[in-house]
Amino acid sequence: MDDTEAKTNKAGGRQCSICNQRRAALKRPKTLQQICKECFYAVFEEEIHQVIVDNHLFKPGERIAIGASGGKDSTVLAYVLSELNRRHNYGLNLFLLSVDEGITGYRDDSLETVKRNEVQYGLPLKVVSYKDLYGWTMDEIVKMIGLKNNCTFCGVFRRQALDRGAALLKTDKLATGHNADDIAETILLNILRGDIARLSRCTSITTGEDGPIPRCKPFKYTYEKEIVIYPCSIYSPNAYRGFAREFIKDLERIRPRAILDIIKSGENFRISTSTKMPEQGTCERCGYISSQKWCKACVLLEGLNRGLPKLGIGRTRGLNNGQNKDMDQTNGMKNIHSKECGTLDF
Amino acid sequence: MQLTLEFGGGLELLCQSVKIHNVDVVLQAGETKLTMRVLLSWIRTNVIKERPEMFMKGDSVRPGVLVLVNDCDWELSGQLDTTLEEKDVVVFISTLHGG
Repeated sequence: MDDTEAKTNKAGGRQCSICNQRRAALKRPKTLQQICKECFYAVFEEEIHQVIVDNHLFKPGERIAIGASGGKDSTVLAYVLSELNRRHNYGLNLFLLSVDEGITGYRDDSLETVKRNEVQYGLPLKVVSYKDLYGWTMDEIVKMIGLKNNCTFCGVFRRQALDRGAALLKTDKLATGHNADDIAETILLNILRGDIARLSRCTSITTGEDGPIPRCKPFKYTYEKEIVIYPCSIYSPNAYRGFAREFIKDLERIRPRAILDIIKSGENFRISTSTKMPEQGTCERCGYISSQKWCKACVLLEGLNRGLPKLGIGRTRGLNNGQNKDMDQTNGMKNIHSKECGTLDF
Repeated sequence: MQLTLEFGGGLELLCQSVKIHNVDVVLQAGETKLTMRVLLSWIRTNVIKERPEMFMKGDSVRPGVLVLVNDCDWELSGQLDTTLEEKDVVVFISTLHGG
């Protein structure tokens, strides 16, 4: 957003509602304020600072891994966190953490972006690969199981890969680039799926505080629109998201506040204390957090290594509650699971 | 009318992976000015080669597609009623992709 002073006729010369000096360049979805780009950068960064401070996301001296996919959210997160860390003396040691799924051609661009970020922002980068962590690349998994259920593998493995990478970096926390639109989408999906356990978890700005590596979402209240405008550069495409996301964008057009309203609603869900929630334990095989005997990644790996790749696909109780039932459910769940790439699992 | 159109965030895939298009939009007889409404339908016919539903919904862009006219959010200039002028730069960025 630069070099436009000459051509600002369209906005009818409306002034920025913050500085009252420069011409407005965008309308904030959150507040409907019309502001100039200079004020936008300032409020965008300061709001995130405020979220970090109000929610005690970080403590001085902590080592923080930033989950870096090379996409717009994590790129902006890496930049904003390193900037705020300097400006407000958070005293954090920041690291970039990327996952290489081993999909030919897929991560090449994004890993390049992450490597550029490493140089630009001066943040050390760690790339963990599925091959190193699990002994399988996604290409090898797809060769084995076909294209149908590969999203299940990729989603489960990615989540653990970030935790394992963060453990390798000996970081205290993992920060991810999930934005307000992501969280509103996840809340809707968890309501639609009736997944009460995830619903209560997905609205928390910090999760897993009882586990080894808590995760936090500094962009919880940051609109996607503003993240896209912030660097105002153009990113490489990625997997297309599902219907809930489109619905959220429809809502935003009618009533921009809707995204924050959904987050508010999600936060205020109260689940009856008599509801039996799945207990969080640890996987007997690898020690990762799991509500079942084995964590999802171990169930999936067991299937791959035994040549039964369907094991653990579907809304499973995995090895733990009998496989036959599991197989029956697989078909019914296919539609939801085939969307897993686009949805988020907090 | 000479315009520069820029597609990003995956939208370029709908127009043969070309991000920047320098175009010349000829006004139809009886039209005196070019609005975004007219431009969008022109783009749909002349620039978008596949899956137009990824770009448009009804007579506007899909929600989630960000539009900047001369680097200014089109929500400030009247969205579909924005009037374009010679050498304007219109940017479309899809936010509907992963991050």
